[in-house]
Amino acid sequence: MRSCSAECELLTPGSLEAVLCLLHDEPGLWTPIAGGTEIMVLYGAGKLTERKFVSIAVPELREITEDGGWISVGGGCSFTQIRRHVGIQKHFPMLAQCASWLGGIANQNRGTIGGNLANASPAADSPPALFAYGAELELISARGKRRIPYEEFHLGYKKTALALDELIGTVLLPKRFDDSLRYVRKVGTRNAQAISKICMAATATVKHGHVEEIRIGMGSVAPTPLRLAATERALMGTELTDAAILNVVIWEARRALASETAPIDDIRSTAAYRTLVAGNLLEEMLRTFAGAAR
Amino acid sequence: MSMREFSLRVNGVERIVSAPPMARLLDVLRQELGLTGTKEGCGEGECGSCSVLINGELVNSCLVPIAQAAGTSITTIEGVGAHTKLHPVQQAFLQCGGAQCGICTPGMILAAVHLLEKCPNPTREQIEEGLNGNLCRCTGYMRIFAAVEKAATTIEAGVPG
Repeated sequence: MRSCSAECELLTPGSLEAVLCLLHDEPGLWTPIAGGTEIMVLYGAGKLTERKFVSIAVPELREITEDGGWISVGGGCSFTQIRRHVGIQKHFPMLAQCASWLGGIANQNRGTIGGNLANASPAADSPPALFAYGAELELISARGKRRIPYEEFHLGYKKTALALDELIGTVLLPKRFDDSLRYVRKVGTRNAQAISKICMAATATVKHGHVEEIRIGMGSVAPTPLRLAATERALMGTELTDAAILNVVIWEARRALASETAPIDDIRSTAAYRTLVAGNLLEEMLRTFAGAAR
Repeated sequence: MSMREFSLRVNGVERIVSAPPMARLLDVLRQELGLTGTKEGCGEGECGSCSVLINGELVNSCLVPIAQAAGTSITTIEGVGAHTKLHPVQQAFLQCGGAQCGICTPGMILAAVHLLEKCPNPTREQIEEGLNGNLCRCTGYMRIFAAVEKAATTIEAGVPG
């Protein structure tokens, strides 16, 4: 029998204000459900631990807006909306690409970016691109709004900076990466549907053959999606010739990578495989950047 | 938790159903409304057997709580064509041998109808992507892809299905 259909409550207040009021009045009692692509899987399997849900599928969270310097993506926007948005395709093509990797079309139609982040799976597809693009989040509650860099959102395995009464209102993307080099790759059992063994996205600027700025995001190599800060530091200023990459840079980068990641064995892959492939992706990224900067 | 009433439009007909709010749309369609054309495969959004359209968008009905489907317009396989007049996609599946055991077929047809609505002249690559959430363990997909290509041609030519 389906876990608990008769025991579970699901409210649909219909407006953002009403949702936030409910979360504020009874903090921790109500679990937000957006597209249901995670919660309903647990429900179907009889593994849900929560019993009270509130639908946050409200129109106020489904807007993508573009002003001078930023694109603002409502937390309730589906991955279909994201991958089809002309401004995102133009300014943040790796995010559109990651959205296209996320499940099949039906799941892209239902799954939301806010749900993807709040669910906080280390293997989620959208975080690497958000790290690479320097995304910020606007968290909203009945108490007001606060804005944080996305790097500060994941606190530990399935632990986030969201307070009990908060939702991800908006994902903000700064339009300053149009001229950056970029690299994105998902390694999975197959392209469609499969959850990643590793997912990576990076942006960089190269000046006179040397790395001037670099941002790397990676999934499935730690308890949370990760910005590879130590690896970035190891790569700053390094020369991007094939010889330099082969002789020095890649070893320093692999060492830094190992220092800040902690992949595990699970049903999708092994720690050893992930460590090796993560390093290989770094090398492929560096060669891609070296080739593009020539 | 008690039952609640939800109204939704199913295959063009207004329906009122009584169900717990977390009940899966799939179960409501099959058990409350008797629309057993929609199949359950994996029950976790991986296989696409339970595909239906909500307001024209393809979804896995096993992952939609009925409370979130209230007020929407649903199309199931029963609403795609009629016994006397098949949809061009259904006709093409028949002609090309796009079905074997049949469990994936209703979902596959819904995904194909959705694809051709969004993209009337898909390339082979676009067909593969449009159906990549729908798994088939019998056909090897080639005849399904051929059927979608044939349906696209039929629809474009304006030939009644």
